[in-house]
Amino acid sequence: MADDVKVKEGIDADTVAAAKALQSENYSAGFKTDIETEYAPKGLNEEVIAFISQKKGEPQWMLDWRLKAFERWQNMTEPGWAKVQYEKIDYQDIYYYAAPKRGAKYESIDDVPQEILDTYEKLGIPLREAEVLLGVEGADETAAEARTGESGSKVAVDAVFDSVSVATTFRKELEKAGVIFMSISEAIREHPELVQKYLGSVVPRSDNFFATLNSAVFSDGTFVYVPEGVRCPMELSTYFRMNAENTGQFERTLIIADKGAYVSYLEGCTAPMRDENQLHAAVVELVALEDAEIKYSTVQNWWPGDENGKGGIYNFVTKRGDCRGARSKISWTQVETGSAVTWKYPSCILRGDDSTGEFYSIAVTNGRQMADTGTKMIHLGKNTRSRIISKGISAGRSDNTYRGLVSVHKKSEKARNFTQCDSLLIGGDCGAHTVPYVEAKRADAQLEHEATTTKLSEDQLFYVRQRGLGEEEAVALLVNGFVRDVMQHLPMEFAVEAQKLLEVSLEGSVG
Amino acid sequence: MLKLDNLSARVGEEESEKTILNGLSLEVPAGEVHAIMGPNGAGKSTLAYLLTGREGYEVTGGTATLDGKDLLAMEPEDRAAHGVFLSFQYPVEIPGVPVMTFVRTAMNAQRKARGEEEMSAPEFIKKAREIGGILNIDAEMLKRPVNVGFSGGEKKRLEIFQMMMMEPRFSILDETDSGLDIDALKTVANGVNALRSPERSMLVITHYQRLLDHIRPDKVHVLAKGRIIKSGGPELAEQLERDGYDGILGEVA
Ligand SMILES: Nc1ncnc2c1ncn2[C@@H]1O[C@H](COP(=O)(O)OP(=O)(O)OP(=O)(O)O)[C@@H](O)[C@H]1O
Ligand SMILES: [Mg+2]
Repeated sequence: MADDVKVKEGIDADTVAAAKALQSENYSAGFKTDIETEYAPKGLNEEVIAFISQKKGEPQWMLDWRLKAFERWQNMTEPGWAKVQYEKIDYQDIYYYAAPKRGAKYESIDDVPQEILDTYEKLGIPLREAEVLLGVEGADETAAEARTGESGSKVAVDAVFDSVSVATTFRKELEKAGVIFMSISEAIREHPELVQKYLGSVVPRSDNFFATLNSAVFSDGTFVYVPEGVRCPMELSTYFRMNAENTGQFERTLIIADKGAYVSYLEGCTAPMRDENQLHAAVVELVALEDAEIKYSTVQNWWPGDENGKGGIYNFVTKRGDCRGARSKISWTQVETGSAVTWKYPSCILRGDDSTGEFYSIAVTNGRQMADTGTKMIHLGKNTRSRIISKGISAGRSDNTYRGLVSVHKKSEKARNFTQCDSLLIGGDCGAHTVPYVEAKRADAQLEHEATTTKLSEDQLFYVRQRGLGEEEAVALLVNGFVRDVMQHLPMEFAVEAQKLLEVSLEGSVG
Repeated sequence: MLKLDNLSARVGEEESEKTILNGLSLEVPAGEVHAIMGPNGAGKSTLAYLLTGREGYEVTGGTATLDGKDLLAMEPEDRAAHGVFLSFQYPVEIPGVPVMTFVRTAMNAQRKARGEEEMSAPEFIKKAREIGGILNIDAEMLKRPVNVGFSGGEKKRLEIFQMMMMEPRFSILDETDSGLDIDALKTVANGVNALRSPERSMLVITHYQRLLDHIRPDKVHVLAKGRIIKSGGPELAEQLERDGYDGILGEVA
């Protein structure tokens, strides 16, 4: 490790040393043993599920839980109501378990399509890191080599070093605060009482087709527990680029903020993620107890496929937050630009009195992408409030649907909701649809809904270009203005990346 | 020098196609300010759009050059980088984009296109404050989204703000005086005069003599029937203000 490696401000010497140790361990030992990939046989049955559970060293209760989900799933049918069309998925033609693999997807960087490399460059991701993300053979070694300081690329060293060292700082400080932040597999072994208590308590095993499938076969994911009265000292993030390859197709996330706790969690990555697994069906469960607050931000950029949408990711996600305690608050903020097909509705159950749910969303579709997203706000407690701001941008020949449900139950006195759905159309071949549902069982509910659809105007475009911006820069500027009130809810560093991502996603959308 | 030679242009789709400019010739040497007057619908704004590259116009003949460079062959943003600026008759709203961000992004884009360094943030802010001071635009207004909710007069002042920030080689002011109160008119005129220099020139489109009282133009042209039908000194504007266009239109008919 070269001594002149740039260390992020505020990281102490201990951590740096620890990080150095950690890296060499990871990459001298880790790499070789991981290389064999172990698959469960193709298809889904009880043996496969038992195999997964056993591989993960799970206790019996976990296996039983999975099997019950599987039993249920076999009697379910795939939903067909979302405004998206995709090729039928053959569920018996999928591998449901593969040991964490580091196998190469490309033999050399020359095999990676140029357009993908260009995108990485535009997003400012160093080539070495891109190699690892894309799974180029030997990339881990070159990255490891970069770390030893023997190769020329300082940029890569910094970036790589950053993620590793930050991870270590995280672990230490979090331990001190009593925050549990680990993989869900670890949590099942180390904190079975917490997992048993909360897993499936927000998204029940039998919730919907994809969530039930996930319950049966989930491979891994994240577990967070923030104890009573603790304000998590930093943003928690899965955004360790170097580790991002393990996210898997059936991710399971469980976040619990105990009484008075606060946590902000960032998921995803602006880098275009390619995966030969077309189907992604994650489940995210959030639980906020009394006076607790959870902020969950997502930037997602799955590969949308080629210009005909071939090979893109199908992203069917169930995300739900439960404001279980009084005065609790959950907010979802998401920037979605990728996937061939997206189907997701992060929701809030406002169970506690005076609890608040928020949903801020930017969904961009271009090319032949289809997105059907939105939220559900379920008002159960008294004086519960929800706020929905959705910004849909459609370009190319894409289709972008907002589907929202605000439901006010009988006991939810004086519930309030404000919904604003804005759609921006770029060009004439794309579509935007707004489908707001309201179910109010009480007359004292205050529900406001505003919706606008605008076309990117020639007047605006010309005005901006007259001031010196090129066509694509002009579109990016106008789009950034359009999404500003949502962008503001993203953590700073995420917002900057998300902005760049919008620009890249909309390239070639005009002219 | 801006040189328009026998410029003709059409506008609109097939059936509704219409010839607006018809053999227009005009020269504005560096360092000079020229005014263009003319009846409603004469084609003044069309000329401004044509020179700045708005879509929807078809040049059917003639040339337009700035310092010898063919303007009509350039993209709008390249014209801007070459110093062509238009103060819009109807400034456009850009929701969500604060004035400061907008102007800074635009200026840096121009600089980049010219191969110049970006302006530093402190330098930019200092300049914005100074010019805001001259034009009576306070810092609050500069934080708001471009033109959104601005009054008519505020929008026009913001156009001049941008012009003074960018210091363009050649500015076109399309009825910047319309909708301004008396004080704002003086403020805007001061801004314009402050920008006058031997390298810069301007084309001021107006219907009224009063702006020209504050900005003494070197020449006044009358645009009608798609071309310049008469040119003269500042006294031509006074004559028009007094007699209207009838007399002049009669002369050329
Ligand atoms: N896109 C268009 N399609 C059809 N006609 C157009 C179009 N744009 C402009 N015109 C017509 O061209 C003529 C010239 O318009 P222009 O806006 O240039 O006039 P002007 O001299 O600026 O008038 P004013 O003093 O009212 O601002 C008008 O008759 C106008 O209706
Ligand atoms: Mg006009």
